[in-house]
Amino acid sequence: MMSGNSNGNVITVKDLRTYFETEDGTVKAVDGISFEVKQGETLGIVGESGSGKSVANLSLMRLIPNPPGKIVSGSVLFHGRDILKLSAREIRELRGKRLAMIFQDPMTSLNPFMRVSRQLMEVTQLHLGHTKEQARAHAIKMLEQVGIPDAADRIDSYPHEFSGGMRQRVMIAMALSCQPELLIADEPTTALDVTIQAQILELIKHLKAETGASVVLITHDLGVVAGMTDHVIVMYAGKIFEQAPTAELFQQPGNPYTRGLLRSVPDPMAEHGKLYQIPGQPPDLARLPPGCPFAPRCERAEEICTREFPPFVELTRDHHSLCHFAAEVYAETANG
Amino acid sequence: MLRFIIRRIIVIVPMLFIVISLTWALVRLAPGTFYSGEKKLAPGVEKNLREKYGLDQPWYVQYGKVLRNIARFDFGNSLKYEGQSVNQILLRGLPVSAALGLSAYLLALLVGLTTGTLSALKQNSWIDYASMSLSMLGISVPNFILGPLLVLLFSLTLFWFPPALWDGFPSRSLVLPAITLSAIYIAYIARLTRSGMLEVMRSDYIRTARAKGLSETQVVIRHALRGGLLPVVSFSGPALAFLITGTVVVEKVFALPGLGNYFINACFNRDEPLIIGIVAFISIAVLVFNLLVDIAYGFIDPRIRYT
Repeated sequence: MMSGNSNGNVITVKDLRTYFETEDGTVKAVDGISFEVKQGETLGIVGESGSGKSVANLSLMRLIPNPPGKIVSGSVLFHGRDILKLSAREIRELRGKRLAMIFQDPMTSLNPFMRVSRQLMEVTQLHLGHTKEQARAHAIKMLEQVGIPDAADRIDSYPHEFSGGMRQRVMIAMALSCQPELLIADEPTTALDVTIQAQILELIKHLKAETGASVVLITHDLGVVAGMTDHVIVMYAGKIFEQAPTAELFQQPGNPYTRGLLRSVPDPMAEHGKLYQIPGQPPDLARLPPGCPFAPRCERAEEICTREFPPFVELTRDHHSLCHFAAEVYAETANG
Repeated sequence: MLRFIIRRIIVIVPMLFIVISLTWALVRLAPGTFYSGEKKLAPGVEKNLREKYGLDQPWYVQYGKVLRNIARFDFGNSLKYEGQSVNQILLRGLPVSAALGLSAYLLALLVGLTTGTLSALKQNSWIDYASMSLSMLGISVPNFILGPLLVLLFSLTLFWFPPALWDGFPSRSLVLPAITLSAIYIAYIARLTRSGMLEVMRSDYIRTARAKGLSETQVVIRHALRGGLLPVVSFSGPALAFLITGTVVVEKVFALPGLGNYFINACFNRDEPLIIGIVAFISIAVLVFNLLVDIAYGFIDPRIRYT
C-alpha cells in the first residue's frame, strides 16, 4: 500500500497554516507546523485548549469548516500524495477508509437519530462495497472487537442507549471498520470517567498493535501521552514549541512551556504543597505579540523574548524546541 | 405510548369545555341578539321569539343546554339559515376549507422546506439573502393585502386566474387563494428550516458523517435533515389544523364558501349555535393535530419516551 517516495512516513506535514477569519481579525489557529508520522508509530500532540492541536488534525482530514476556516498554505503528504491538493471526491475516498478519526465527545459525535447498526454499516457499504448482509456481519465483528458485549443484540440500539464509554467504543469500531492506515484520536478520553479512560486507551493500543495502523493522539493530558506514544509534539498558540521522542521529552524537556506542563501534572508522591500551574492565560490568537507568544507567562523570559520571535532550535537530531534559551533549558533539565 | 395517547385525549375534554364556555360567554356579553335588526320589533313578537329559542330561561339553564348538546356532537340548528343544522353547514363548508387549506399547506411545505434548506446549505450566499428577505416580506405583508394585490395582477390585468370563484378541487380557482394563504407559512417554515439545518450542520455528528467520507448530499439527506426539520414538525401540526379549518380573511377575499366565511357571517348574524359549532370544531382539530405532532416526534426522535 505504500508508495515509493515517502520514506516510511504515513503522513508528512510541512508548514501547515490554517487561519480563521473572525470579526476580531484573522485567527492563526495553526501557524506553520511540520511533523511526520511513521508507519506504525504513535504521535502524541499535547497542548492547552486553543493551542491549535485539533485544528491541525482536522486540517489533515480537510474537515475545517470553510468559511470561516481556511488552510492557507503548506502540504500534507499521505504516502507522498498531497491531501491538500486532492479533489473533493478524492479526499472523500480517503476519509473513513484510509484516514479515520475519533472525536472527543462520544455523546454528540454519533447521530442520535440513527441506529448504531446503520451508522457502522454505511462506512463499509461506502468504502468496501459491502452488501447489507456483509456490512452488518462486519459491524457486529467490529463491535465485538472493541469489547461490546452481546454485540449482535445491541447493534440495533440507538446511541443514547449506550453509556459514554460504550459509545466511544462504537466510535472506535466505526473508525477502524475499513482498517485505516492512520487513526486520528482527538482527545478520545477527555469526556470519559477515569476508569473508562484507561480502558479506551488500552483498547486503542491493542487495536493499533493488531492492525498496524499509525495513530495521532491529541490530548491535553501528559499522562495519556506517556504510556501511549513514541513521539510527542507540544503545541502552543498554533506553533510547535517542542518536538521529541516521548521518553526524552519527559526526562529532558528543552522548552520552558513543556517544563511548566510537566510540573502541572499532580505528583501523588508529594504529600503537601500547592499544585503547580502555569500563570496567565493562553494568548488571543488574533492579536499575537511580536515576540514569543509564551513570553508573558514564561518564568524564564528575558527582554529578547518579547521583542523577537524565537528560533526553532535543534537540540538533538529529533529533538527540537522553539525558544531563545532552548539549549540552556535543555542543559538545566539534564541534571534533573 | 397507548397510555400517553389516552391521557392526551382525555385532556382534550376540559380544554374544550373552557373554550366553549369562553366563546358562549363572549357571544352573550356582546350587546344585541340575532333578531335585532334595522327596524324595531313589536313587543309581542320579541317575546314570542325569546320563548321559542329559550332565551327567557335563566342563563345557567341555557348554558347547560349548550353543553349537553355539544356532548352529543349536536350543535342544534342555525338561527340564521332556517331549517339547517349546524352540522350540515359544517359538512358543507369543511370540504372547501380543507381543499384550500391542504393546497396551501402542501405549497408551504414544498417551498418553505426547499428554500430553507438551500439557505442553510448556502449560508450567506445570494440564495440565502434573497430567500430570507422574501420570507421577511411574507411574514410582514398581511394576507388581506397580498390577496387583492394578486387578484389585481393575475386576475384583473393578466386574466390568468379567476378573482373569486369556487370551482371544486383541484381547480384554477384555488391557485390565488392558496398562494395568498400559504405566503406566511412558507416564510415561517423557510426560517425554521434554515435555523434548524444551520444548527445541525454545525453539530459533531455531522462532522463524524463527513469524516466517514460521505458526500455532502449523503450527509445532508441521511444525517442532517431529520434533526434539522424537528422544529418544522412542531410548527406544521397546528399549522395544518388552522389551515384546513377555514381561514376567515382569505375565504372572504376570494368569496369561497368555506368554514371561515360561514364563521364570519355567523358572527355578524349573532348565530350563536353556528359560532359555537365552528369554534368547537376548530378547537378539536387543533388539539388533535397537536397530539399527532407529539406522536410523530416519537417516531422521528428515538430519544423521546412517552410515559
